[in-house]
Amino acid sequence: MPNPVLRVENLTKRYGDVQAVRGISFEVAEGEVFGLLGPNGAGKTSTVEILEGLRNADSGTVSVCGYDPQRNPDELKREIGAALQSTALPDKLRVMEALRLFASFYKRRRNLEDLLKRFGLEEKRNAFYSQLSGGQKQRLALAIALVNDPKVVFLDEPTAGLDPQVRREIYDVIEELRRDKKTILLTTHYIEEAERLCDRVAIVDHGKVIVQGTPRELKQTSADKTRIEVRLAREESETTLQSLDGVSDCRSLNGLYVLHCLRPPQAIVSLVKYLEAQNNELVGLEIATPSLEDVFIELTGRRLRD
Amino acid sequence: MTNLLTLTRMRVRLALRNKMFFFFSIVMPLGFFFLYAGVFAKGDPLVVAYLLGPVLALNVMGSFWGLSATLVTFREQGILRRFHVTPATATDMLVSSILANYSLTLPTVLVELTLARFLFHVPSLGDLLSVFLLVSIGTVSFGSLGLVIASVTNTMQETQVLNQLLWLPLIFLSGATIPFTSLSKTVQHIALFLPATYLVHGLKNAIVNSLGPEKILLSLGSLSIWFVLTLFLSSQLFRWEPEAKIGRRAKLYVAATAIPFILLGVWEARYGRVIAEEKMTMQRVDDSEKSDTHEKPRDRQQSKDPSKLDDSKPHQ
Repeated sequence: MPNPVLRVENLTKRYGDVQAVRGISFEVAEGEVFGLLGPNGAGKTSTVEILEGLRNADSGTVSVCGYDPQRNPDELKREIGAALQSTALPDKLRVMEALRLFASFYKRRRNLEDLLKRFGLEEKRNAFYSQLSGGQKQRLALAIALVNDPKVVFLDEPTAGLDPQVRREIYDVIEELRRDKKTILLTTHYIEEAERLCDRVAIVDHGKVIVQGTPRELKQTSADKTRIEVRLAREESETTLQSLDGVSDCRSLNGLYVLHCLRPPQAIVSLVKYLEAQNNELVGLEIATPSLEDVFIELTGRRLRD
Repeated sequence: MTNLLTLTRMRVRLALRNKMFFFFSIVMPLGFFFLYAGVFAKGDPLVVAYLLGPVLALNVMGSFWGLSATLVTFREQGILRRFHVTPATATDMLVSSILANYSLTLPTVLVELTLARFLFHVPSLGDLLSVFLLVSIGTVSFGSLGLVIASVTNTMQETQVLNQLLWLPLIFLSGATIPFTSLSKTVQHIALFLPATYLVHGLKNAIVNSLGPEKILLSLGSLSIWFVLTLFLSSQLFRWEPEAKIGRRAKLYVAATAIPFILLGVWEARYGRVIAEEKMTMQRVDDSEKSDTHEKPRDRQQSKDPSKLDDSKPHQ
């Protein structure tokens, strides 16, 4: 990739006995929305916090807008914007005051009135931080991340803990940033978020990137397989189910059997016949089109939210 | 510099919106003032003047409570880490809290001085430049102590325990509550190792004996050195992240803040004059009050406060 805005090579980070990041590498081009998708504890936040200059890496090379976060933290912080995970503002700080305060740290500043309008916070400009709803707090966090018109925006789990409607509101905001050609690094454990918002995605598990590419490229690996999720009255062995006609792969995940099928109708017929013969019952059945979740299941044998 | 000013402004604003701030930084200091001036001194202007030093010292010393609690809250709630991704530095965060606390403490001190002068008719507030310098250096140095406490404790609970452990000897052994001359000789010698003793002693000298800054260099100098040391330590121990716990060994750094006063205490115990000066100041107030009682009985009876008719004084 010529002149990437973000470059990470063989990054490692350890906390005591826990090796959180085990050699992560990726690059992000200017104007690209890049997602780190993985379950909690996969090493996404550690990676982002190293890029933001909040933590030091144990080894590896990192470059953000040409700066090494460890060596040039001051220069780096002028160029980036960040919406962190598990952060807050003082309860008695008003919305507009918060924007003014954070804007005062930078020479390059966005028009704050525009930001208020864009993030739908005009009516809340004089509200205390403690009076905002979860969605409003997150919108304010995103607005603050943009006060310095940053070259790179880091969004660490921007919709975690929000209800689906508020999550969709945040998606709209991020899509607008995408249209503005902002370079964004986003971490998430929501499949929908990664598929909808990211130009490219790196799937991260146990501190490693297990695969990366555009959502479409990644889904291509499972494109010819339909996912059928079934719940049974009694347990069956994975190998038996995998040997059924039309089934190419079967994994048991917490009592749920995930079958990847090249020929779904045949697979369902053979499954029902087999269960009847075994005097077992089908408790639930769900058919899904291939998603990044399938890529993750195929590569790790686990679901993202396990 | 801009970061420092905007952060200071934010801290002042937040404090003024906080009910706890009103209670601890305005109601309580003024409560102490009226307790000392109205009840302990029974409105006697000379005794009020003598007790004004301890009252101001209590106000100034209280700085460490507020600053330690706010910094720990900011860290625990993840507020500090939000500032960490901006160009604001640890020094900006620390110095802004000291400046905000200073600008909020000064008006209360001014109110206390005004009340002493015009409500309790204290004839002279002593050398006002000395009082100003002591209040200033006292406020910033005890504020810095609060920042060190916040840095060496991991939770609010730990912070409050350490605050209590420090607060009690500071107020009871320094002459801020119990008159220094009423303490036993052993306790007086222990008090010579406390920064609060030099603050209270300096303020009494500035108010009662009208000593100029050049005559209270011991108090000004020791508190200034202490301020530099505590501020340096707090910047070295500062943590942005709530989960960045401090090790047991690092907690010993808090002991390092005692170094200037350990050295000063040893020197004072051997060659110093603090204990002697305290006796002289008390004697002076005592003598003045006796002569005042004999010379101006009419003035005292004009006072609206009935307690002023009573010649008895609790600090003898």
